[in-house]
Amino acid sequence: MSTLARAPAERLAALWEASALPSPEEPGGYEWLRRPESGAVMLRGRAGAVGAPFNLGEMTVTRGALRLASGEVGHAWVQGRDKRKATLAALADALMQTGAAREVETAILSPLREEAGARAEARAARAAATKVEFFTMVRGEDG
Amino acid sequence: MYVAVKGGERAIDNAHAWLAEARRGDVSVPELSLAQIREQMTLAVNRVMAEGSLHDPDLAALAIKQARGDLIEAIFLVRAYRTTLPRFGHSVPLETSEMAVSRRVSATFKDAPGGQVLGPTFDYTHRLIDFALAAEGEAPEAPTAPPLAERTPHIAEFLDAEGLLQSEPEGGETPSDLTRQPLAFPADRALRLQALARADEGFTLSLAYSTQRGYGRNHPFVGELRVGMVAVEAEIPELGFAVEIGEVELTECETVNQFAGSRTEPPQFTRGYGLTLGHCERKAISMALVDRAMRWKELGEDDVGAPAQDEEFVLSHCDNIQATGFLEHIKLPHYVDFQAELELIRQLRREAEAAQAQARAEAQAAKEAAQ
Repeated sequence: MSTLARAPAERLAALWEASALPSPEEPGGYEWLRRPESGAVMLRGRAGAVGAPFNLGEMTVTRGALRLASGEVGHAWVQGRDKRKATLAALADALMQTGAAREVETAILSPLREEAGARAEARAARAAATKVEFFTMVRGEDG
Repeated sequence: MYVAVKGGERAIDNAHAWLAEARRGDVSVPELSLAQIREQMTLAVNRVMAEGSLHDPDLAALAIKQARGDLIEAIFLVRAYRTTLPRFGHSVPLETSEMAVSRRVSATFKDAPGGQVLGPTFDYTHRLIDFALAAEGEAPEAPTAPPLAERTPHIAEFLDAEGLLQSEPEGGETPSDLTRQPLAFPADRALRLQALARADEGFTLSLAYSTQRGYGRNHPFVGELRVGMVAVEAEIPELGFAVEIGEVELTECETVNQFAGSRTEPPQFTRGYGLTLGHCERKAISMALVDRAMRWKELGEDDVGAPAQDEEFVLSHCDNIQATGFLEHIKLPHYVDFQAELELIRQLRREAEAAQAQARAEAQAAKEAAQ
């Protein structure tokens, strides 16, 4: 769920399109238990990073739940306001409980994970290059 | 007499149509896309998210475009939008100690584990206009190095371990929320931090600066400033457990403040805390200084009457949407109010003139009688 939640919406849609998975627009594949709905989740921090919690501000989230014709239920809570992203995430969650699990893993989850990892790695590598190396200036008198 | 009138509909419609045209600007110049604003005006987007109190970079970019770059107007749009969103719940408190840092500096410890990581900073630039940016060029590429494997613990941990830093009291698990209940005084720290996190950057900066200049001085060091990505976890009722529902960039500032001790506390360092959505470090540092200034009561310090110590003053005036709403409304029609004022002034003038005329007549009469 976490991989789907933070995936860029366009990327998830493109991977789905390119996969052998059923399109969410295909009729009869599933029924909605909760149609995708956008809302907010209040993010909490802690005073001094370790103390009592406080409300920092909200984040947009879209959630939805569906049931496949074969009975499996899929839930989605994804970052942002993209309803199609929530639909695909719920569908993926449900399909992970079916024979299509391998296809969801190889065509959707594993590339998304790899790309998220690469983005984090690229940031970390740039950060590492800006780490300060201190060196002590040796004074000449005692030399 | 004043007769109420209606009107201006056509003028308003046409003004808004012109606003739309003016927003677009010269049509021979390509139109801005939201992705361009989001990717290239990132710090403006971050400020709109922080003060709009809603993390959504695409929405903030759209608000900036709609507001023609007026950030307070954009923040207003985001605040108005967020009131239409159903609240699904709250996150588990964000673990900033697990942050994937892109920037982390300490002004107190040179050799802190995790090191001094400068990140994409304006610090140490010469603040000279770079005319090369006026021309389109190759996309620059930053150098890389093998990512650091070590954890980046909070610097406060080290002082805390030695007992030299005032410990943060654990508090109620459900913090009060000023988006749910109106602000009441005295405000607890959770409420103060929430208000400061969405407060106007300029106001917070000026108050923080006032403490540095001596109006409630609290001798801050930036113990740590960190910027990076933090995972957001929330309890999902359908599942009954917490899962990751996204990640956000945050800026966190912890100040370490000199403190000589008071009637109730031994000599130790105290702390101020700043946390914002997005990369907003000036705001995060300012927030930490103002947070510390408002803690005078719990630390048993003297109220020196400084503005930054006065939580009612700070919290009632730090919100730029409240401030601008009240300020800007005075340019809207006040014809009836003003007509009443005008009548009042005229009447007072008539009375004053009549009184003066009478006084003059009496003086004249007295003078004649004396002669």
